[in-house]
Amino acid sequence: MAMFSRRQFIKTGIAGALLLAAAAMLQKPLDRAGKQALVAGNPLDASMRTVVPVIAPVILLGVFPSGADRAAALERITKGVALAVGALSAASQKEVAELFALLAFAPTRIAVAGLTPSWDQAGVADIESFLRRWQHSRLDLLKSGYQALHDLVLGAWYADPQSWAAIGYPGPPVLVKS
Amino acid sequence: MIRDPYPEGIARGWKIVDAARLESDREDEADVVIVGSGAGGGISAEILARSGLSVIVVEEGPLRSTADFHMREAEAYPQLYQESAARKTADKGVNILQGRCVGGSTTVNWTSSFRTPPGTLKYWQQLGLADYTQEALLPWFEMVERRLSISAWYVPPNANNELLRTGASKLGIATQVIRRNVNGCWNLGYCGTGCPTNAKQSMLVTTLPAALDHGATIYSGLRAERLVLSGDQVTALECRAMDAVGIHPQARRVLLRAKHFVLAGGAIGSPALLLRSAAPDPSGQLGRRSFLHPTVISSALMDSVVAGHAGAPQSLYSDHFLDKLPIDGPLGYKLEAPPLHPVLFATTLQGFGAGHAALMQQFNHAHVLLALLRDGFNPASRGGQVRLRDDGTPLLDYPLDDVIWDGARRALLSMAEIQFAAGAKKVYAVHEECAGWDSWAAAKQGIAQLPMQLLSMRVVSAHVMGGCAMGPDAARSVVDARGHHHQLGNLTVADGSLFPTSIGANPQQSVYGIVARNISALAAALAGRAAAPLV
Repeated sequence: MAMFSRRQFIKTGIAGALLLAAAAMLQKPLDRAGKQALVAGNPLDASMRTVVPVIAPVILLGVFPSGADRAAALERITKGVALAVGALSAASQKEVAELFALLAFAPTRIAVAGLTPSWDQAGVADIESFLRRWQHSRLDLLKSGYQALHDLVLGAWYADPQSWAAIGYPGPPVLVKS
Repeated sequence: MIRDPYPEGIARGWKIVDAARLESDREDEADVVIVGSGAGGGISAEILARSGLSVIVVEEGPLRSTADFHMREAEAYPQLYQESAARKTADKGVNILQGRCVGGSTTVNWTSSFRTPPGTLKYWQQLGLADYTQEALLPWFEMVERRLSISAWYVPPNANNELLRTGASKLGIATQVIRRNVNGCWNLGYCGTGCPTNAKQSMLVTTLPAALDHGATIYSGLRAERLVLSGDQVTALECRAMDAVGIHPQARRVLLRAKHFVLAGGAIGSPALLLRSAAPDPSGQLGRRSFLHPTVISSALMDSVVAGHAGAPQSLYSDHFLDKLPIDGPLGYKLEAPPLHPVLFATTLQGFGAGHAALMQQFNHAHVLLALLRDGFNPASRGGQVRLRDDGTPLLDYPLDDVIWDGARRALLSMAEIQFAAGAKKVYAVHEECAGWDSWAAAKQGIAQLPMQLLSMRVVSAHVMGGCAMGPDAARSVVDARGHHHQLGNLTVADGSLFPTSIGANPQQSVYGIVARNISALAAALAGRAAAPLV
């Protein structure tokens, strides 16, 4: 998801050109947000904290706990995504930081993600339609953004042994090493 | 008691340096410096060290060994794989699984072992690689088979593999038993997270310990940044220590001098090191013709329990769809089954929300097939190109074009038909626009209409090949038939980047056998006597 690779924006045609104009305008604040995340050495930056707890329960609809367990699950998935991002290559970490910065920043959230309500106001249906728009987008850039969110959230969730019982995975066998 | 060879070896004097813990810059010297510790680097290290040469092996990834392997994806992917198992091609169209640890991909591969197929060798002979015949390579394949305990795996396959045979046989499609490099395999199913029982005969537990016993030094956590060139010679290798998690290079530098340099950093890493070093490239072929066996996936839902996480991950295959087509025609494909573990399965499956959750809840009933496309033979299948990012790290540009999409569609059809014949209730092509089909008739119609588009059709790869193609003609290839660089006198490439096409089968044994022959010739030349065989 090289979010601001000029070449890729150009490749995406007219709609891409409009995005390019928007992105050029917003390049500075986004760069700054991405850099802050990296300089801090902590990928669990504010943008990720804004976005992940809202999109994760929608991506995980059907297995994400409701009720009393929900708060703990939100904390787990947010930390899990940060861990997953922290393990990516430096180049991918930068791209992911840009993606979350783009989603967290209101003007680009509205213009690029088409998500009008703010993250704390967005309902399940809003998030679902945003994800579906990107999943089936004609722009490779947005499709790859969707896939990054898909892989990070689902990967982090199912890496966690607490998620295994729900799918009947017994976990690795216990070896008697003697 | 399962022993971990590394603490024991270190106790008796093995020279292993974790570069992340270096407190000052350093220089070191050997007869041969080998970049990479995977299939090519491991075989090279043992042959050269046994032949009496001093050897240094440089590995960017960490040393993790038996006691560290807990069969958990959350640990294995960040520690043992390139880019945390999320390495992507430039347009993100292909996800690449490649090892990055001591032992390289052999530490994490699924053990499938094939001699280079005769059709592939015949094609290479037409490219001028005259002694790449079955007969000439046979003793080398036999040598590595003995060394790495490669033999047919006659333990009953797990259900995920057995279903390939069930469905295929109903359609009159032949399947065969896979040969595996295992010794006393426990049939656990966790080859991909590092073998916890030492059964897998990876480089980690075979050639590298042998090389260490013969005095070799391994530097782990050390990135090979640049070859220092002087005229037609490589004089040194400049390296940089990685941080403890292996993502960012640190300030500490290591300078390695040698009489000869062997590149075995894999088919992305080796061309990238030559590109960073501004190595001569008069043919213009450096980093070009990179191949992936682009792989598409079909997931089926069975009534019975499959439990694809348990048992040897790959034990049966079919070459039916390779054999029925001319090698340079429309792309043929090899059919295999993958291991199913929660992270790999969840991230590979398309979709999200309730639909995805419903499939995950059927995790133990999922049966999955893979089709590996044989790229690089059809004239329209030109593969990809390794480029460098601004920070010098490599990026593979591999365009998914019509010749790939045509093969992908035919492969989805073959897999769906086999899965329905095996009794599938539902089949899902792993594609963003696919919601699953209830019958072969519906699948046939649906697959015909799937848009074959970048980032809609999921494509993965575990086999990176090419980029330093061998050939007799310096104007058209990077290295000669023995892997010697056409322009640099003391540099030999010894990994899958040699291959002028893809292999058309899981490539590990092709790397082992071809590198064993090539590096034995190098060892003899450097040592002035016959090379020591692998034992």
